[in-house]
Amino acid sequence: MSVELLARIQFALTVGFHYLYPPLSIGLGVLIVCLEGRWFFSQDPLYRRLSEFWTRIFGLTFAVGVATGIVMEFEFGTNWASYSRFVGDVFGSPLAAEGVFAFFLESIFLGVLLFGRGRVTPRFYLASSVLVALGAHLSAFWIIVANSWQQTPAGFHIVGEGLKARAEITDFWAMVFNPSTLDRYSHVLGGAWMTGAFFMVSVSAYYLLRKRHEDGAKASLKTGLALAALASILQLGTGHVSAITVAKHQPAKLAAFEGLYETRTWAPLYAFGWVDAKNERVIGLPVPGLLSLLVHFDPRVPVTGLREIPAQDRPPVNFVFQTYHIMIGLGMLMIGLSAAGLFFWWRGSLFEQRWLLRAYLPSFLLPQIANQTGWISAEVGRQPWIVYNLLRTSQGFSKTVGASEILFSLILFALLYALIFILFAMTLWNKIEHGPDEATQEPTWT
Amino acid sequence: MDLNTVWFALVVALLTGYALLDGFDLGVGILHPLAQDGEERRMLMSSIAPVWDGNEVWLLTGGGAIFAAFPNVYATLFSGFYLALILLLAALILRALSLEFRGQRPEPSWRNAWDWTFAGASLVASLLLGTALGNIVRGVPIGTDGEFSGSFLGLLNPYGLLMGAFACALFALHGALYLGCKTEGSLREKALAWAQSSFNIFGVLLAMMLCASLFFIPRIGELLRLHPAALALPLLAVLAAADVRRELGCGSPHRALLALSASIVLLAALFGASLYPDLLPSLPSPENSLDIYNACSSPKTLKIMLVIALTGMPVVVAYQAFVYRIFRGKVRPDAY
Repeated sequence: MSVELLARIQFALTVGFHYLYPPLSIGLGVLIVCLEGRWFFSQDPLYRRLSEFWTRIFGLTFAVGVATGIVMEFEFGTNWASYSRFVGDVFGSPLAAEGVFAFFLESIFLGVLLFGRGRVTPRFYLASSVLVALGAHLSAFWIIVANSWQQTPAGFHIVGEGLKARAEITDFWAMVFNPSTLDRYSHVLGGAWMTGAFFMVSVSAYYLLRKRHEDGAKASLKTGLALAALASILQLGTGHVSAITVAKHQPAKLAAFEGLYETRTWAPLYAFGWVDAKNERVIGLPVPGLLSLLVHFDPRVPVTGLREIPAQDRPPVNFVFQTYHIMIGLGMLMIGLSAAGLFFWWRGSLFEQRWLLRAYLPSFLLPQIANQTGWISAEVGRQPWIVYNLLRTSQGFSKTVGASEILFSLILFALLYALIFILFAMTLWNKIEHGPDEATQEPTWT
Repeated sequence: MDLNTVWFALVVALLTGYALLDGFDLGVGILHPLAQDGEERRMLMSSIAPVWDGNEVWLLTGGGAIFAAFPNVYATLFSGFYLALILLLAALILRALSLEFRGQRPEPSWRNAWDWTFAGASLVASLLLGTALGNIVRGVPIGTDGEFSGSFLGLLNPYGLLMGAFACALFALHGALYLGCKTEGSLREKALAWAQSSFNIFGVLLAMMLCASLFFIPRIGELLRLHPAALALPLLAVLAAADVRRELGCGSPHRALLALSASIVLLAALFGASLYPDLLPSLPSPENSLDIYNACSSPKTLKIMLVIALTGMPVVVAYQAFVYRIFRGKVRPDAY
């Protein structure tokens, strides 16, 4: 296998595995602030126990997120050195800003959250939970800034030629708020809130079905469901706005999302389908005109097709199409699940709907799969560019690192991450089985 | 002083901050197998539990700062030291895992496995960090294209390995002093004894390292010849190290910790000053060295980054110090 392919597989593996955890901690961070706030203002000990329970899970998730996140900060240099030289002037500052403005905040106050309950005032403890959640949100912001700049570069100019060419910043704020930053940031946050919310909903449903910790489970289910409903509706809007931005700035990616080859009016949106790339057509269920309508608010306006784009500048179409449609389908399913929950909550019979609770049981998987497939469609849809229309992925990898070295590190990471996943799942399961009761303290080294 | 020099100083400061803070929790990991039973090992891990994560962010931010301010150094160094860096990452991951998962199951075999993982990963991380620093100070092969042209085995030269061993001894001493401050009773006695014995190894390695640096690293000799005042740095570093011994004799690990920290800062200043204006010197062809001018970002980026650093870092230092204050005093066996 080539160095480029190995480096891409390694990056995909490490970033995809890493991304199982941060959305969960961002979402849980918000929910813990809600629970901790309820405890602070109502002094109902139930909420204190719940907050402590979810904080233990947050701590575990955060620890694994940190362990796998360090790799990301260094991997641009180890595997994508030529890319780093080209973009460092622009791309480095959001990464450094993440450390300075976000990561310190999150890590340092998490220490207070996990170990400081008895050492600080309740007010300070609540403030710490807010600061940890704020840190998680800011962290995501700077990472999305960096990634969005790869999608829709702005605020820079190219200096030098050939191998010495590099992007240099001309306008910092134009770089930070490049055309896709806010759309993508809000879409990522919505996804993260859903990840935390459906996780809470799943665990609560498990307790209710087993008739355990019922008071806590009911309160958690409502808290989780409220955020899940809010976030899944929000995702419709942010997803739509994102798609419009993609249509404007990355037409090849949008065309790949829907397998659109021919530039046409009444461009269809597929409910599902399969792209026959050889014959440049899609077999599936189209809704005529919907893509034109969604992107341009008018079915008569044409949408750019892939034939306008030179073959060597097109992303792999079917892969992007499928991952994109899985994300959309799961998004719709999650809207349905949260709407059903809200309906029965309003009717006052939420906890009696055992079929719904059973449906909630595996629902923690839905946002996770949607996050992964959404990111895959966004990043593979950017191909063959590492910086859209500026630098090809094939120009970005490290020249001094050989295929055997990457193979070694890839196997090492794969083994380590398999170990991490097993440990995480096992520990998470123990924490869930133990539940939010404080009657029997779970064993810890602390 | 130009912006490039300011950024050179800031990168050195960030990495020194990392050595001062993560240094002691890496050291606690190195000393971990010396603790007799499960109870003592639990106390060792508890002593760093609330703070190690925030300490490690100094390394991440240092990496981010090098990427932003000196992208060519980031690219050449990290791709050049590929295997070493991957091993460092694996060690840091395994350390994080052992801190998180050791206490999750009661079986002695489980805890034992994590104890050894924690100790091994801490030792390997310290060794790699020291060796990398040694190689940077000594110089590494760089081609005319600015890319690293050496090999992983080339990094394992005597000077690099000496620096690696020195870093292990330094961090072990740092960790023992920290434990001396944070524990009480018999564990404190033990920690002070560990401090004594690691001081002996540290002292020998410090002398060897300084001699090797003065006689075999031309840039350090040159620095002292051109700026004789810089001789104060190694002298004061040795004096501060001697003071560690004295304070230990008086049974005052707090002041010994301060003295050792001063010694770390002085040594960092010595290596920083000898490198300046190079960041990644090339050996044997010095004309290919990456320095603060040929490897830097544009003045605009350096200015933006300076604003970020000057607004952000004082706040970080303030609240990190504040959180250390919250957890001051002796470690409690049950911190939850």
